[in-house]
Amino acid sequence: MIRRLWKRFITPFDPMLMLGLGLLAGASLIVLYSAGDGSFALVGKQFLNILVALVALWLVSSMPLHYLLRSAVPIYLLGMALLVCVALFGEVSHGARRWLNLGVATIQPSELMKIAVPLMMAWYFEKHEATLTLKNYFVATLLLAMPIILIARQPDLGTAILIAASGFYVLFLAGLSWRVMAVTLVAGLAAAKPLWSMLHDYQKHRILMLLDPAQDALGKGYHTIQGMIAVGSGGFLGKGYMNGSQTHLDFLPERTTDFIFAVFSEEFGFIGALILLALYLFVIARGFLITAEASTYFTRLLAGSITLTFFTYAFVNMGMVTGILPVVGVPLPLISYGGTSMLTLALGFGMLMSIQTHKQLVKT
Amino acid sequence: MKLQAELRNHQREIYLFRLRLLLCVGLVLAMMLVLLGRFFYLQVVRQSDFRTMAESNRIKPMPIAPNRGQILDRNGVVLARNYSGYTLEIDPSKVSNLDGTIEDLSKLVTITPKDLRIFKKLKAESHDYASLPIRSRLNDEEAARFAAQQYRFPGVEIKARLFREYPFRETASHLIGYIGRINEQDKQDLDEEDLEANYRGTDYIGKGGIEEHYEQELHGTTGFEQVEVDAGGHGIRTLSRTSPVSGNNLVLTLDAKLQEIAEQAFGKYRGALVAIDPSNGEVLAFVSKPGYDPNLFIDGIDTETWDELSNSPDVPLNNRILRGQYPAGSTIKPFMALAGLHFGTRTPEQTIHDPGYYMLAGSSHHYRDWKTGGHGSVDMFKAIQMSCDTYFYGLATEMGIDKMHTFLSQFGFGDKSGIDIDGELPGLLPSEEWKEARFHQKWFAGDTVSAGIGQGYVLVTPMQLAFAVSIIANDGVAYRPHLLRQLQPSGKPPQPVPPVQPAFDMHLDPDDLDLVKRAMVAVTKPGGTAAWAGSGAPYDIAGKTGTAQVIAIKQNERYIESQVDERNRDHAWFIAFAPADKPRIALAVLVENGGHGGTTAAPIARKVFDYYLLNKVPQPLQAPAGKSGGEHD
Repeated sequence: MIRRLWKRFITPFDPMLMLGLGLLAGASLIVLYSAGDGSFALVGKQFLNILVALVALWLVSSMPLHYLLRSAVPIYLLGMALLVCVALFGEVSHGARRWLNLGVATIQPSELMKIAVPLMMAWYFEKHEATLTLKNYFVATLLLAMPIILIARQPDLGTAILIAASGFYVLFLAGLSWRVMAVTLVAGLAAAKPLWSMLHDYQKHRILMLLDPAQDALGKGYHTIQGMIAVGSGGFLGKGYMNGSQTHLDFLPERTTDFIFAVFSEEFGFIGALILLALYLFVIARGFLITAEASTYFTRLLAGSITLTFFTYAFVNMGMVTGILPVVGVPLPLISYGGTSMLTLALGFGMLMSIQTHKQLVKT
Repeated sequence: MKLQAELRNHQREIYLFRLRLLLCVGLVLAMMLVLLGRFFYLQVVRQSDFRTMAESNRIKPMPIAPNRGQILDRNGVVLARNYSGYTLEIDPSKVSNLDGTIEDLSKLVTITPKDLRIFKKLKAESHDYASLPIRSRLNDEEAARFAAQQYRFPGVEIKARLFREYPFRETASHLIGYIGRINEQDKQDLDEEDLEANYRGTDYIGKGGIEEHYEQELHGTTGFEQVEVDAGGHGIRTLSRTSPVSGNNLVLTLDAKLQEIAEQAFGKYRGALVAIDPSNGEVLAFVSKPGYDPNLFIDGIDTETWDELSNSPDVPLNNRILRGQYPAGSTIKPFMALAGLHFGTRTPEQTIHDPGYYMLAGSSHHYRDWKTGGHGSVDMFKAIQMSCDTYFYGLATEMGIDKMHTFLSQFGFGDKSGIDIDGELPGLLPSEEWKEARFHQKWFAGDTVSAGIGQGYVLVTPMQLAFAVSIIANDGVAYRPHLLRQLQPSGKPPQPVPPVQPAFDMHLDPDDLDLVKRAMVAVTKPGGTAAWAGSGAPYDIAGKTGTAQVIAIKQNERYIESQVDERNRDHAWFIAFAPADKPRIALAVLVENGGHGGTTAAPIARKVFDYYLLNKVPQPLQAPAGKSGGEHD
């Protein structure tokens, strides 16, 4: 009896993915204990986040594929409607308008769009699979551009760029021709200069600040420098668990969220970073395998985009902490403290697992 | 055959897809290698450099807060300034016995119970246990006495700070606003605006009035020093320094002397006054009585004083100019007259007979005129001059609420004036759709009758009435009311004031305007409702009195001022501009519970005009005996 229930429980899970995700989530708890200066408060909350994400993961991965397919349009429309609501009646706090107050809780619809956009685009390509023309790519780009414009206007440029990346992966995997990509790139470069001159001075200043962090010694530039010192001083073997001076002497900013990788690297060194990178690569490799074996056009595109987006998040975060990318607010997936990003990731991986475990049913 | 082609197509599609996927795999691996290379470079190649940097990581950037810009009136009189002084600050996280420390400190410097209350409140509000002031504005002697004993007080420090000061105290308090300590909400807002770096080292932020609206202009840019610190975090030496840039000085359109005279003219009355230069929209006086002393808020107001201010029946914290919404009363009549002429509902010559009341066809309800027995035969000129209610009841009924709404909204009624202070309320200009949406009720004919004399649903703010009368004064060409005349970057020579563009032109008929203006002049001449306030003026005042009812009077009762509780007495209005032929100043005055516009509100306006036009500083005026009871409106 218990055996049967257990079996029923684990059937939707993909064992390989679960192994990778579990190891990363475990690493998160370990690093958070150190980043929180040896307090269990944050570790406990993150454990709860993981449990909630696990439930979501199970629910989504148990869903048959046609459910996923059918949910694409409603989820996308809901997300768009919420984004429009935010633009019209969102909570305004001076400049930014990102939140929607539902009375019980405030929500940030741009998080939902991280899942909804690739889902919708994959659905669209599936629908027109037999007769794909340039026009279809154009329509798909529109489906991508509308939420991005709304999110960029909030303004939340970081999220907009990451969603743009996830949508671009769908376009690329759907076979967008090289010529179109080249033409768009050239046109984009040509438009950059007139666009730049249209920006306000303070906007220019902000972009320049991203490119040259040393200019901003009180803000993000200082963060980058302290992050690099933490990573570099970790050396080959690290300073040892709970022994990072950058972390524990309060030089590292946002050390439980965006800069958690610096805590990890300071204490576990190059070897630790190598293992972490290998873990990410393992999860990504499994994702690619699922993508390659996926049975329908829809699932191939979706699985590919989810995997590549996951990689992008990890790459952008680690690049930012080690000073090769500008500081944008992107957490390290599965490691950084935070319930929302954990949940969004669980939805994505749930879809991946559903694609893997349900593919036999569709093949015939 | 066909099936085969499709299959082959499918195979080709999968082949292409996998090719692209393979490209992605390659890209991912390449980028992973980039990361790995970066890790190797930082952690292996440059390990010793970074290890040295981490070990000697003693360099912290210390912010240097910029000087906040000053606020000046149009003639350069300072309304808000800074001065430097010493504060005694405690970092509670470094003090083991806080109460004991404070008690010891109080033997060296005076610490009043109020200082203590403010400190406790700050401590409760702050999460990050920063250093908090226990006493501000130490004098030199106190500072020296503490400095000699400092070794006894770890965690307690003297700091040189800039303080904000409002030398005019209560005068123009609603306009200037104040600065207060940055609270959690402010911090969040700054965070979202990406301004938190520029506010490192700043403890105060503008709250209310000009201080809030122009916060970004006033604040300036924070500088910083790279400071080498010892293990305890104390600075040893400065390695480099980027100077802060002071905030801009703001030159306002306000005339501080005029403001003082206007505030004094109110005497004990509560109310509001806005004076505008109609030719450019510059706000010359901005009075909301009673005011409050903004200096009280700077160090964080203590709970008792706060309660006293916020629970006072006089609501001194309420900005009556922008947030007080009152019935317009008879001040709406000149605008109604222009509407009647515009739509052809009335000609100037048309007369009506006023028996002292107005009745709608098919109803027995009497809409009373303020004058028992009525004004007799009345044309438009006389209707404005004597403020005949019956004339405007009929005009409104024949015109209808929709036309009235269309025309009056052009004057800005029912909408914010757009002045450069936050928190303005829009008033209310009713319409059929509005009532349907708000109450799910049909519009009744009686609603239009009351609206015709500015009662019923009609609500206006003093700001709106001042804006509207300034549009009449300027022959229909409207300038947006504004308080900022000029930004003056500190340390730069003053620039000429940039010209202001009109907001819109109503294109009013010159003949219509002429009639209404002449009738408004007659209001302040013998026979008009504000005759006394206009008497002896060497210039013509075009004005209109008004009364806003506070309590409803039953059909068969009369309003007798002496029998009504003071706070339920009518509010008095007066709107005016002068000189009538070439207006230099337009204003709206509201006197709460002041009774009749002609006796309480108009004399305040007269004092303001006399100073602004004749440079005459008022002597205490006295109302002529026996005159006050008979006049209405």
